[in-house]
Amino acid sequence: MSVALPGAPRAAKRAAAAPRGFRHLLRRFARNRLAAGGLALFVLIVLAAAFAPWVAPFSPIKTDFTAYLQAPSARHLMGTDELGRDILSRLVFGARASLEAGVISVGLAIAAGLPLGLAAGYYGGRLGDVLMRLTDAMLAFPPLILALAVAAVLGPGLGKAMIAIAVVLAPVFMRLTRAEVLQQREREYVEAVRAIGAWDSRIIWRHLLPNSLAPIVVQGSLAIAGAIITEATLSFLGLGTQPPTPSWGSMLNAAQQYLSQAPWLSFWPGIAIAVTVFALNVAGDGLREIWDPRTR
Amino acid sequence: MIRFLARRLLIMIPVLFFVSLIVFALINLIPGDAARLFLGEEAPPEAVAVLRHELGLDQPVYVQYLRWVGGMLHGNFGYSFKDHRPVLATVLEKVPVTGELTAASLIVAWAIAIPAGAVAAWRQRTAADYGASAAALVGLSIPNFWLGIMLIYLFAVHLHWLPASGWTPLYQDVGRNLRALLMPACVLGLVLAAVVMRQLRSSMVEVLSADFVRTAKAKGLGGRVVVIRHALRNAVIPVITVMGIQMGTLLGGAVITETIFAVPGLGQLTINSIYGRDYPMLEGVVLFSALAILLINLVVDIVYSLIDPRIKLAGGRS
Repeated sequence: MSVALPGAPRAAKRAAAAPRGFRHLLRRFARNRLAAGGLALFVLIVLAAAFAPWVAPFSPIKTDFTAYLQAPSARHLMGTDELGRDILSRLVFGARASLEAGVISVGLAIAAGLPLGLAAGYYGGRLGDVLMRLTDAMLAFPPLILALAVAAVLGPGLGKAMIAIAVVLAPVFMRLTRAEVLQQREREYVEAVRAIGAWDSRIIWRHLLPNSLAPIVVQGSLAIAGAIITEATLSFLGLGTQPPTPSWGSMLNAAQQYLSQAPWLSFWPGIAIAVTVFALNVAGDGLREIWDPRTR
Repeated sequence: MIRFLARRLLIMIPVLFFVSLIVFALINLIPGDAARLFLGEEAPPEAVAVLRHELGLDQPVYVQYLRWVGGMLHGNFGYSFKDHRPVLATVLEKVPVTGELTAASLIVAWAIAIPAGAVAAWRQRTAADYGASAAALVGLSIPNFWLGIMLIYLFAVHLHWLPASGWTPLYQDVGRNLRALLMPACVLGLVLAAVVMRQLRSSMVEVLSADFVRTAKAKGLGGRVVVIRHALRNAVIPVITVMGIQMGTLLGGAVITETIFAVPGLGQLTINSIYGRDYPMLEGVVLFSALAILLINLVVDIVYSLIDPRIKLAGGRS
């Protein structure tokens, strides 16, 4: 799509990496064994969550008062909670809340931040200035405190927690898109397209957007990891997923009062969060390494 | 220098305006209204009307905003719903506790991150580098509240070495204060250490490939001297300039850490005002945390610009 001019080595390098390179990139990614492993692990977790009713050995919400607070055993691999529910089954179903929260909140943040970043970067001017100061202001809040305040105002619930997380992440994606567009805007290929008489909207959507996408995808994968932790934190504080729906954060909340009696209740949900987030972080780092020309 | 300062301060004005607008909008976006929510569904309408009038909620929105901002410019951040004390007084009371926790966490974080980041960059692509980088990735992946719970189980419930929660002010009993401080500071510090270590490693890798480092090596200076005297000094500066981000991490983390360890600081105040629907207090804490971070960024920028000849110095010294 993009025109690589001989006098622009960096642009040419980028352009060469864009369409031809998808399989090439895939190969580079696969060669980074840690990153590929992280991605595989993440896919496995997604599959487990998607097929939870078949994967989980028990119902995640059916209580069994004859088997409460049991330590891990052959029947209940991770033990049971205070209502006799199987921890492993609740973890598998709880993955749904975490993954949904991570993916949807980051999707919302990109949906809001990307168009604004494109506009701020391409047109600049007064609009760009106002958007920059607005994001400066939003980024001045400690992320978790802003998310907490938004969630507190909206009220408890998984959907509302997602909106709260998206509000915090949107300025990050706006700034990132803007910075990328500012770089691309001055490239020769954009000038060339403009010289042919392309409209602004065509330049933005067909040229600037696809060429700015790589860092947004990288940031997106890392942001999902962060969003999963934030959702767990909100649920832990009672502002996210509501009972009896299992989620890793709310399981940790309920487990707190049984810490001395049944420490396994507090142990496993944390491991589940850490493993999922680790897989995403490793995969995101790998993506950054193959996409960011500076680290080559 | 003066022009830089003036520009930097001028930019602050619209940012402060937006910060105040965001906080104000948050509270006014509450579905229903704050007075009704606070008094509960069964409260007589007269009482709600009185509280609404007291809070100025019966005025047009822009009047409410101007009155609120005007009050703050006079040092009046509103009054708590709960104990009717001025918000600012309560917030300032909590600052020393969170300040101490934050400072201790920064020490923990830097004490781990600076040597680890330096060694990882110096011994790139060795076992030490991979080990430190993997540990940082694990640190980034662990939710800090879970780390806190696990530490409580290990050191308080199981080993009985440290108190599970509670707080003794520094001026009352230094020893007990430090014992109460240890676990929360480690929880906050470890997560931050991962962030700082990764920043330091990448800026150090860049510095180590700079010309002046090569010159220093060519002059025959030993590896350790170059790494510590030349490279580390320069690599730490970008890490310090993102103090604002680190403070954001710490203040956000303090909310949850203080809740778990029952530390009576700003974080606990935030959570209590959320649970207690004390909206003026929540407004005050959120606003205060943003102002604190803006102020830290401003100070870092000014200090940075004062020592700006670094680039020249770095070139000249080697």
